[in-house]
Amino acid sequence: MRLILEKRSEHSEFMTLMSPLLAIFLTVVTGAIIFALQGLNPLEALYVYFIEPVTSMWSIEEVLVKAAPLILIGAGLSICYMANVWNIGAEGQLTMGAAFGSIVPIFFTSWQSPLTLVAMLVCGAIGGAAFAAIPAFLKNRFNANEILTSLMLVYIAQLILDWLVRGPWRDPKGYNFPQSIPFEGWQLLPTLGDGRVHIGIILAIVAVIILSILMSRTLKGFEIMVIGNSPRAGRFSGFSRKKTVWFCLLLSGGLAGLAGIGEVAGPSGQLQPSISPGYGFTAIIVAFLGRLNPIGVFFAGIMLAITYIGGEGAQVVLGVSDKTAQVFQGILLFFILACDTLILYRIKLLGPVTPQQAAAE
Amino acid sequence: MDGTQAIILTIITASTPLLLAAIGELVVERSGVLNLGVEGMMVMGAVCGFATAYTTGSPTLGIFAGIMAGIGMAFIFAFMTQTLVSNQVATGLALTLLGLGLSGLIGESFVGLPGVKLVPVSIPLLSDIPFIGRILFGQDILVYASIALVIATTYVLFKTRVGLIIRAVGDNHHSAHSLGYNVIMVRYACILFGGACAGLSGAYLSLAYTPQWIENMTAGRGWIALALVVFATWLPKRLAIGAYLFGTVWIMGLYVQAQGLGIPSQFLSSLPYLVTIIALVIISGNKTLTRVNTPACIGQSFVPDR
Amino acid sequence: MKKWLGFAAAVAMSFAITSASAADKLKVGFIYVGPIGDHGWSYQHEQGRLAIDAALGDQVETSYIEKVDEGPDAERAIERLARQGANLIFTTSFGFMEPTLKVAKRFPDVKFEHATGYKRADNVSTYSSRFYEGRYIIGQIAARMSKSGVAGYIGSFPIPEVVRGINSFMLGAQSVNPDFKLKIVWVNSWFDPGKEADAAKVLIGQGADIITQHTDSTAPLQIAGENGVYGFGQASDMIAFAPNSQLTAIVDDWSSYYVNRTKAALDGTWESTDTWGGINDKMVGMAPFTNMPDDVKAEAGKTTAKIISGRFHPFQGPIFKQDGTEAAKEGEIISDGELLGMNWYVKGIDDQLPQ
Repeated sequence: MRLILEKRSEHSEFMTLMSPLLAIFLTVVTGAIIFALQGLNPLEALYVYFIEPVTSMWSIEEVLVKAAPLILIGAGLSICYMANVWNIGAEGQLTMGAAFGSIVPIFFTSWQSPLTLVAMLVCGAIGGAAFAAIPAFLKNRFNANEILTSLMLVYIAQLILDWLVRGPWRDPKGYNFPQSIPFEGWQLLPTLGDGRVHIGIILAIVAVIILSILMSRTLKGFEIMVIGNSPRAGRFSGFSRKKTVWFCLLLSGGLAGLAGIGEVAGPSGQLQPSISPGYGFTAIIVAFLGRLNPIGVFFAGIMLAITYIGGEGAQVVLGVSDKTAQVFQGILLFFILACDTLILYRIKLLGPVTPQQAAAE
Repeated sequence: MDGTQAIILTIITASTPLLLAAIGELVVERSGVLNLGVEGMMVMGAVCGFATAYTTGSPTLGIFAGIMAGIGMAFIFAFMTQTLVSNQVATGLALTLLGLGLSGLIGESFVGLPGVKLVPVSIPLLSDIPFIGRILFGQDILVYASIALVIATTYVLFKTRVGLIIRAVGDNHHSAHSLGYNVIMVRYACILFGGACAGLSGAYLSLAYTPQWIENMTAGRGWIALALVVFATWLPKRLAIGAYLFGTVWIMGLYVQAQGLGIPSQFLSSLPYLVTIIALVIISGNKTLTRVNTPACIGQSFVPDR
Repeated sequence: MKKWLGFAAAVAMSFAITSASAADKLKVGFIYVGPIGDHGWSYQHEQGRLAIDAALGDQVETSYIEKVDEGPDAERAIERLARQGANLIFTTSFGFMEPTLKVAKRFPDVKFEHATGYKRADNVSTYSSRFYEGRYIIGQIAARMSKSGVAGYIGSFPIPEVVRGINSFMLGAQSVNPDFKLKIVWVNSWFDPGKEADAAKVLIGQGADIITQHTDSTAPLQIAGENGVYGFGQASDMIAFAPNSQLTAIVDDWSSYYVNRTKAALDGTWESTDTWGGINDKMVGMAPFTNMPDDVKAEAGKTTAKIISGRFHPFQGPIFKQDGTEAAKEGEIISDGELLGMNWYVKGIDDQLPQ
């Protein structure tokens, strides 16, 4: 017996819809087995993971808070990857965006105006884009691989931030602990309602809409698609690979930077050494789960946020460790990726290969 | 112990896990596959190696278990990306996530236990030579294994038919396929080899480097190994240089700190990454060199037309 | 449809069972910054949680969330515990300070305990340990046991807590050997066994024959053991990792504090306080003194007893800062406020404190 894939002549519409459902079904079954093995009630465990996060207003809000940076970064990365530009350093761009954006509240403490926040967001985006410009420049000028340079720059960005908050930007009233001054009300992102949901999620939705229009309706989107699919074809059409590299890195860096300042001016409220639980890396998964489509990224971001929130709830309600949540998440991703195959391919099981067949191949 | 000698010994131990994991990934990438799950395979190698060595008392069995754990993780990746042609970047990241979680679960009961240390071999007479004796002839077996792997990989990749096939598959899978090579099988084999190396590297961490199990003990070394492969422009020799260069800058950063010169430690900690970027820029400037060695099909899935 | 109803009923039932049995128990929640498997900081807090279970298991129910990032996730994790009915919540890392206060404001009936911070509220207490007391003792032992007169100190981050420890260690060492030298390496991490091991090797290579660390893993002590130099355990007794090298260990012991505070919450006497406990309060423990001659052992025991009785304070003058200015006059003790924000080295340390 062996598994054979047969390319479908076109995307299967049916499977496009079915694949995520099938993946979730498989995960639920596997998850139930894992939980049962750990001596837990599988139904309760699954409820905590998938249903509970969307049952109360509070946890729905928390899902949105968690999803906002993932979507913002993931949307930018999806464009990047579409163009075959491999920015995997979004975490660093996020960090620098957070640092740049914080210049406004740290150095212009008393500037109180509706523009303060706008300035912070703009600075954040500029910081992220500027940091992403380094791999773009090195790629275009020296042909240095952007996977490597962008990844190395993550470490450097985190060390720069670390140095800033432990040294020059330290809160003078903070007993020398590593943190900046706490931001004031007008320097914080306005919340929607009384909870923690801030306008970051709106920025994310706006980004998703703009980017999906960009990709589907504009020449630039077409250019990115052509260059991504075949650089040669792109060259023949007169599209510049270098310009695309600049465009994609600056765009995704800017969005990551925006997410960074969004976290600092949103949930955190001040600059500190740790500003992101790896959003920049998780967003890579989000980009792929969303099939490199900004709208897909939106749903992927929400879904991943739900499993995070559910996993956290499971620790409290079920007493399972964070590790189980992580394993569960890994398995879910595997199933989703595997089921996506069904969209493009038909799977056939063949019997044992007879020598004649083998010869015919 | 003499100070310089101690520093050199420290550099060697710091570089070896990077080199071990990276040499495997280099072969994987040469076959046209990008596996970003090195960290996950490594950490699984670390926990399985430790658990086995602790339970059986034999570091040799521990090493073996580490390799098998790496291969097991790599098999998941191979099945996903080769048989089911899932996206390699996303699958690799998911593999890391799975590895970090699973290793934590497996290792839960092994936290806080002193491990079985892999004793360095000490070649009689030779290891007594002043200064270089300890450095050249008194290392543990995995240090020699890493060097042997670099030499063997260079030989196999560039001097044998097998190597030719691997490179052909990585450079143009369609023509390799039409020449009659089984692209999928070659890639399977390379991915499993990569897993074995990553697992071995993990076992080195939990058996020789710091004989203990702590959650997330790889602390990002898998990512550095990945970066080193690109830095080495897919050449094993350069990979060894890169790994030792990285190790040297890393250790010298600590060395300079202990001198108490008041240089911000964050700056010293970021030096290895800066140096890697600069070195890469210099190497990449030589365009012919990089282009010749870059596997053209890296990251692309292959499905035979039928 | 029937199936789904069955599913919902089963779920509802399973919840009914858990909540009924838990209704009258006091719920205690913990937030950990690291994995409980770190065998360091978070591990010791987890031991404290287990001690509550052991002592008051019939009256309380405990739960925890581990690996909570100090960034934007913290507030949610804390709020989750509060929403799920926790009556008393321990947030066990400095970075949880602001999020704890924010959540505490929204849940005035829930009691909060924040470790190592300095901001309090009516329902937020703070607590920390005077680890520096232990550091003074090991500094003294180090100077007695060192032949080269040089110790290597592996630091995580230059925050006041760590700087205080370095100063206290040095003062202890200087009380024995005024010319004692300290080499300091910052690894910029609480938790990277490999890097901690590298730092230990580099320090030994530069002549240190005593290794001590303010990071979480056992690696530096292990390296000390392998190289035949002495070292100290950190956070827990690590003698198993270096049976011939560990002189003693500074043990974080949160059990008695956690049990006492839970009892206070149970009988209604809990109120917001600031606790900064040392050896005397059983919040800092010293592992048995081993691998040293009897006279050193006796001296260490005497210093410990003096600290417990309050007759001696590690930061008791005269103390001079690195630049020669006087930090405390003869007989004067540096205030807790100054200690809390300490960002200067004592005289005799060659390193420059990163500013």
